[in-house]
Amino acid sequence: MVIEIVKYVVSFILLVLFQGLILNNIELGGYINPYLYVLFILALPVEMPKWIVLIIAFVLGLVIDSFTSTMGMHTSATVFMAFSRAYLLKLMAPRGGYEFNAKPGIQMMGIAWYVMYAAILVLLHHLFLFYIESFKLTQFFSTFFRTISSTFFTLLMVFIVQLFTLKTNQKS
Amino acid sequence: MRNLIRFLAKNSFVFLFLFLQFIAFVLLVKNNNYQNSKFFNSSNFLIGNLYASVNNINDYFNLKEVNAQLAEENAKLKTQSIPSFTKIFGSTVEVNDTVYLQKYQYTSARVINNSTNRRTNYLTLDKGALNGIKADMGVISSDGVIGIVKNVSDNFCSVMSVLHEKNKVSAKIKNSEYFGSLVWELGDYREAKLMYIPNHVKLHVGDTIVTSGYSSVYPEGVPIGTIKEFELPEGNNFYNITVQFSVDYKKLSHVFIVKYKQKEEQQKLEALTEEENGH
Repeated sequence: MVIEIVKYVVSFILLVLFQGLILNNIELGGYINPYLYVLFILALPVEMPKWIVLIIAFVLGLVIDSFTSTMGMHTSATVFMAFSRAYLLKLMAPRGGYEFNAKPGIQMMGIAWYVMYAAILVLLHHLFLFYIESFKLTQFFSTFFRTISSTFFTLLMVFIVQLFTLKTNQKS
Repeated sequence: MRNLIRFLAKNSFVFLFLFLQFIAFVLLVKNNNYQNSKFFNSSNFLIGNLYASVNNINDYFNLKEVNAQLAEENAKLKTQSIPSFTKIFGSTVEVNDTVYLQKYQYTSARVINNSTNRRTNYLTLDKGALNGIKADMGVISSDGVIGIVKNVSDNFCSVMSVLHEKNKVSAKIKNSEYFGSLVWELGDYREAKLMYIPNHVKLHVGDTIVTSGYSSVYPEGVPIGTIKEFELPEGNNFYNITVQFSVDYKKLSHVFIVKYKQKEEQQKLEALTEEENGH
């Protein structure tokens, strides 16, 4: 239990630093920006109380926001994502419910399930984020394009990280 | 009453969500008056220092380029220094320092955080209130305009970049003196739009755009860029001009913060005139 918590804290710090110091400087094609930090919310255990997930999302968003001086933007999007996650998990529950101590991941839930789960949540997060950033609908299509392309790159990174954890787990 | 409590308890998750979302939005809106974001922005002590140490490393990668830039600037300054002028004896021209009142004062600063990919881009510099930096001072580099200081902490300041949709730079065409307003639109960090240049002005691709000096933020004549293309939409009084920046905003490392010494005097006078006009 304690080891689990330490693991999550360490991955929180690593993800935040990776996002804040490296990924925020990556721009593909001018303005496509991957936001890998949402992986932390994706990877939280299924049984974790929903309200704790919300609060974690809030804190995570605040930390990311203080890196980019965009107070509230990431916070709002991440909280929204955590909120949708609760309903999505209910909607996507396998027949007979989740196993005890289930964690969303390719290994435990299968590729199809995970792709669906990650794609929906990342898309929701990015939609929310980019539309809040522009705060108006006049640039609807350019914002939409940004959302879709950034979603694609975030997902790509999420899967890459997943593959790494898959390998290390198989070895042990 | 009991029903109400049951209702609240049943939907506590939704209410917590709405509550957190509400806080996030308050932060967001408050943050839109950028002055209010004193606490959580990147001039924030901890993250400011973190960026500073990361930048210490990054600086090594830019050494070569910075050296070249400094050498170029040295050369430019040398041509302007007194030994490079010959004195004109016997004419009425006399160089007397007391004639000149110092108008601008420059503080050199290092860029420790920078962004170009958002709709609202900011930089963080390693000079702050302890170095006499105040909000609304201009920031330029040897290549051109950079932005305006927004928030200042003791050791850092954050700068609203020219690449910010709300940052308008008063600009003019170098030779013809016609002035307009330069606005950056999201997308390419290398281009901006110059507006309000009337249709009777003769333009050429490649014309230099410089600051007008009207805004009391930047000195006059700081380069901004060159005209990349222009067109005159039918039935329109103003040109549609695309300007290519002379500064590469992705490669900033050393900049100057400009202090306009007579700013208060100028603003006070202008406010007074406007007030009198109002009555």
